[in-house]
Amino acid sequence: MSLPADYKYSKEHEWVKDEGGNVRIGITEFAQSELGDIVFVELPEVGDEITADEPFGSVESVKTVSELYAPLSGKVVEINEELEDAPELVNESPFEKAWMIIVEPKDKSDMDSLMDADAYKQMTDQE
Amino acid sequence: MTKDQALIFELSREGRTGHSLPDMDVEAPAVEDLLPGKFKRKEPAELPQVSELQLVRHYTALSRRNHGVDSGFYPLGSCTMKYNPKVNEDAARLPGFAHLHPYQPEEQIQGALELMYSLQQSLEAVTGMDQVTLQPAAGAHGEWTGLMLIRAYHEANGDHGRTKVIVPDSAHGTNPASAVVAGFEAVTVRSTEEGLVDLEHLRELAGSDTAALMLTNPNTLGLFERQIVEMADIIHEAGGKLYYDGANSNAILGMTRPGDMGFDVVHLNLHKTFTTPHGGGGPGSGPVGVKQDLVPYLPAPVIRKAQHGYTFHYDIPETIGRVKPFYGNFGINVRAYTYIRTMGPEGLRQVSRQAVLNANYMLRRLEPHFDTPYTQHCKHEFVLSGKRQKKLGVRTLDIAKRLLDFGYHPPTIYFPVNVEECLMIEPTETESKETLDEFCDAMIQIAQEAESNPEIVQDAPHTTVVGRMDETTAARKPVLRWEKRETVST
Repeated sequence: MSLPADYKYSKEHEWVKDEGGNVRIGITEFAQSELGDIVFVELPEVGDEITADEPFGSVESVKTVSELYAPLSGKVVEINEELEDAPELVNESPFEKAWMIIVEPKDKSDMDSLMDADAYKQMTDQE
Repeated sequence: MTKDQALIFELSREGRTGHSLPDMDVEAPAVEDLLPGKFKRKEPAELPQVSELQLVRHYTALSRRNHGVDSGFYPLGSCTMKYNPKVNEDAARLPGFAHLHPYQPEEQIQGALELMYSLQQSLEAVTGMDQVTLQPAAGAHGEWTGLMLIRAYHEANGDHGRTKVIVPDSAHGTNPASAVVAGFEAVTVRSTEEGLVDLEHLRELAGSDTAALMLTNPNTLGLFERQIVEMADIIHEAGGKLYYDGANSNAILGMTRPGDMGFDVVHLNLHKTFTTPHGGGGPGSGPVGVKQDLVPYLPAPVIRKAQHGYTFHYDIPETIGRVKPFYGNFGINVRAYTYIRTMGPEGLRQVSRQAVLNANYMLRRLEPHFDTPYTQHCKHEFVLSGKRQKKLGVRTLDIAKRLLDFGYHPPTIYFPVNVEECLMIEPTETESKETLDEFCDAMIQIAQEAESNPEIVQDAPHTTVVGRMDETTAARKPVLRWEKRETVST
């Protein structure tokens, strides 16, 4: 499994990509393979506040419904509307096309508590 | 086989009919004279045109594809799919019960009121609660009712800041859902490695914003929360209430009572523990019992016993209001009452002994062949993990599908969510040792197949009418109704 080296990762299997001011958030390849075929993605609305470690949405697979946990706090400035009609993108392209939300972080230093690619790989290898 | 799967619409042939009625011997009025013209169809309804025999064969074939407790073993964890004694049906069909009309005056329905009152008393004795209402129609309805009672209690005390309901990570999905529907925020308390509620974490979460803790005991892993009294103290000291989800009551009948553990509100699933039909047909019944300080808020009406007989009492100033038309699913309550009276206190105690023994017997037989995340004695159900099989490319879903080839309803899978590749098995007390052994033999054979011949498991089921369904497409692009295609010439 190749992990984008410039992304950060959370224990709950979300990735965060720093895009200068705002950050882009999605779920990892590992998360989608554990969940199986995704059939529905529920996202917050633009303007909603999300709080670190609290659920901001959910993904439903054939197998189960899982909450999406915010890797950091901030305000949602954009959501990936394409996922509403094409949830399969989460399985096909978790790191690129299936980005979920773009957030304006409250405190950018929240990023420091997230894992880098190596640390995340180590964690998932143990699971 | 293919023909067998045809829809009734596809069997239809123009002009074929299942009936032949004699000619009318009175003059037929025109439809327009009977109904305003706007209600008249513009084209004939596309009803299937089939013979009576075709119709009978079609639905008989469909009915034979059902799986129920009457046709085979159904170890669906946390659902208590036990045998429903037929004497329950006899009682429910007694004309005095079956032919009642809900608007009959009280003096004509004294027997029904007495039965309900007496059932409430039995359930109060079983749960250790002060008063029971039979109104809620099912488990989740009971949860919501119970939470609304807790909400009314806090509000009556001027305690408006209690916005949170704590639920364990192993909880039934309905618990957090009911909390949200009742206007609370659900917060999750972690489980320990041992599979029990993490008391340290519970202490951190409990506070002035805690409305309640919702708990099943034994929990969904089939484990008894031994520290329940301490947990009750933590919640009560914080000013919250304890809610008992009775889904797993089959493990504790006559052994211990939620009321003695410190719970304030309880719901029972009569369609689980008390042998009324479960799933499909139902309907369910989810009575709620409360301790004294919550009695003033119970749904109106409540049944009272007075000098002259039983009455519905409506004048309850602080009631949360009615939660069900009339008074619950009466016919179901007749069945549960019949069960309780036929079993008696010692019989109910024996139910739980046997349910727990059956589960432990299966756990020990299956232990060498599957991963067991929790090795202590279980109560009425237990969990296995398919981790070992997953490494061989066989997932828990495959194991479940393979069980269909042996004629079993698979156990609950992928729940609780805190166990990887989970299988949750609940045999119930009504199964014989031979059935338990046959099921264990099938499970052991599947575990061996995962090692020697994984394809047979991955491609299962092989003997059913249809094989692997495309569940993904069914969820992403569901086809919800039949549509007529071009007519096929015959």
